[in-house]
Amino acid sequence: MLTKRVTLFAGHYGSGKTNIAVNYAMHLKKEGFPVVIADLDIVNPYFRTKDSEDELKKQGIDLICSEFANTNLDIPSLPQSMYRVIHDKSIHAVMDIGGDDAGAVALGRFAPSLTDENNYAMLFVANFFRPLTRNAEEAFAILREIEFASGMRFTGIINNSNLGEITTKHDILSTKKEAEKLSQISGLPLCFTTVESSLYDELKTESENLFPLTLQSKIF
Amino acid sequence: MAEKVLMKGNEAIAEAAILAGCRHYFGYPITPQTEIAAYMAKKMPKIGGCFLQAESEVAAINMVYGVASTGKRVMTSSSSPGISLKAEGLSYLAGSDLPSLVVNVQRGGPGLGGIQPSQSDYFQATKGCGHGDYRMIVLAPSSVQEMASLTIKGFDLAEKYRMTSMILADGTMGQMMEPVSLEQAVVESYDKSWAVTGTKCERKKNIINSLSLVPEELEQLNFARYERYKKVEENEVMYEEYMMDDAEICVAAFGIAARVAKNAIVKAREEGIKVGMIRPITLWPFPQKAFEEAADKVKSFISVELSMGQMIEDIRLYTHSKKPVTLCNRVGGMIPSPEQVLESIRKANEGGNK
Repeated sequence: MLTKRVTLFAGHYGSGKTNIAVNYAMHLKKEGFPVVIADLDIVNPYFRTKDSEDELKKQGIDLICSEFANTNLDIPSLPQSMYRVIHDKSIHAVMDIGGDDAGAVALGRFAPSLTDENNYAMLFVANFFRPLTRNAEEAFAILREIEFASGMRFTGIINNSNLGEITTKHDILSTKKEAEKLSQISGLPLCFTTVESSLYDELKTESENLFPLTLQSKIF
Repeated sequence: MAEKVLMKGNEAIAEAAILAGCRHYFGYPITPQTEIAAYMAKKMPKIGGCFLQAESEVAAINMVYGVASTGKRVMTSSSSPGISLKAEGLSYLAGSDLPSLVVNVQRGGPGLGGIQPSQSDYFQATKGCGHGDYRMIVLAPSSVQEMASLTIKGFDLAEKYRMTSMILADGTMGQMMEPVSLEQAVVESYDKSWAVTGTKCERKKNIINSLSLVPEELEQLNFARYERYKKVEENEVMYEEYMMDDAEICVAAFGIAARVAKNAIVKAREEGIKVGMIRPITLWPFPQKAFEEAADKVKSFISVELSMGQMIEDIRLYTHSKKPVTLCNRVGGMIPSPEQVLESIRKANEGGNK
């Protein structure tokens, strides 16, 4: 996948956008780009980009997010510094968009600038193990709703199908057909398939364009 | 076994309710349970069900009362401050002996509090939320799978005993994602001859009402209701025992706290400390016997809670304070870490608890 200045991850809520965004930002940093990660999620109260703030900081990645993220305030606001993504052309930005069309509304504010600059990739994250996106058709409906709400068009698809910690190699391979079908009906390329790092070696001979993910650790 | 899907706890509750035959949902949005309403809004119209966002929590619980009167499965969901608003309706449901399912995905309080997880509505749920003598069956899930299975169970118990079942979860349980397998629930059919469904001029009319003008009659209604509650206490207690066989220290925890506690217990066992856990699954009826019996075996108890110490009172009550009970807690939206629980276990092991 060709690296663009701005990479946006959007999709159904719970599809795994935040995790991919954090991993992708770290990937870009390793490639040598100056990177900021921008959390545009105005929907989700828990499990946010901010949970990875320490790790991001350690790697020299700036985090732009609502000043109320992970606090007790339920205010869907975005900070002024979000405009850095648009105006500072020297940086590479990863944008984590909130779930569904409701979350994608926040992107609308930045859509004209991003479209004008025309140096972005907007990727639809699909997990076919999520109950409301079990197949290509259901995922496609959400893809279109997000485009409508954000005023932007997707440029590619990511197959992030997983069952959390119990995901097997077979689970991932079993969704290949739906991912290809989604690519076909949307006319968008399947950019990569994600895989939890420990499964990467098992899968790399059987599947191409794999992107290894490190998951956040849990205390419960 | 049905195919597994990856779900948020809140979604699992919603889907399980649909599988249990619930086709009526009334609610009002509040973090961190909004996904239940959002899921119902998407799904109910597609299956001929009714999703209605009421104008307030008070309206929603009274809509629940209306549908419950017809004997149909009905539910509402909210988070702590919203449940307080529904308290009046819960009392009316109890006074009319109506079955319903109410979900509380708790957040920090009191007052508006915050949006992060909490277990500080234990008193509210188990000691009666509204006015009058009544009980609710209170179910405390500890995994996304249990969010689903206890929802199905909750509908069943509600109808069986004509009372409200409450799912008492917390924000983390509602928001976290885990694999779940969902199967069509086997729906038991219970006597609904009390339901208001139209007499067709063929039977005496049914009246659903919580007002009773004659004190002698109201007393009898209360007696009869408590006979039913007694049956619930005898038959429906659920709990999980974890490594209790040789335990000298007993951790008590439910919901999210039990998950953290389990991790701490594993580490403590590695250090050679004999510690186990009793995890109440029904908070009412409380697993009295399990604690009573444990009190004769263990040296001390530790209650791990996301509250200032609420369940700890029941533990002291039902162990007759035979052994010391200490509290390991975080509040205000914070979750105790496994290390904090482990430290409490170590202290208890040294006999440092008073």
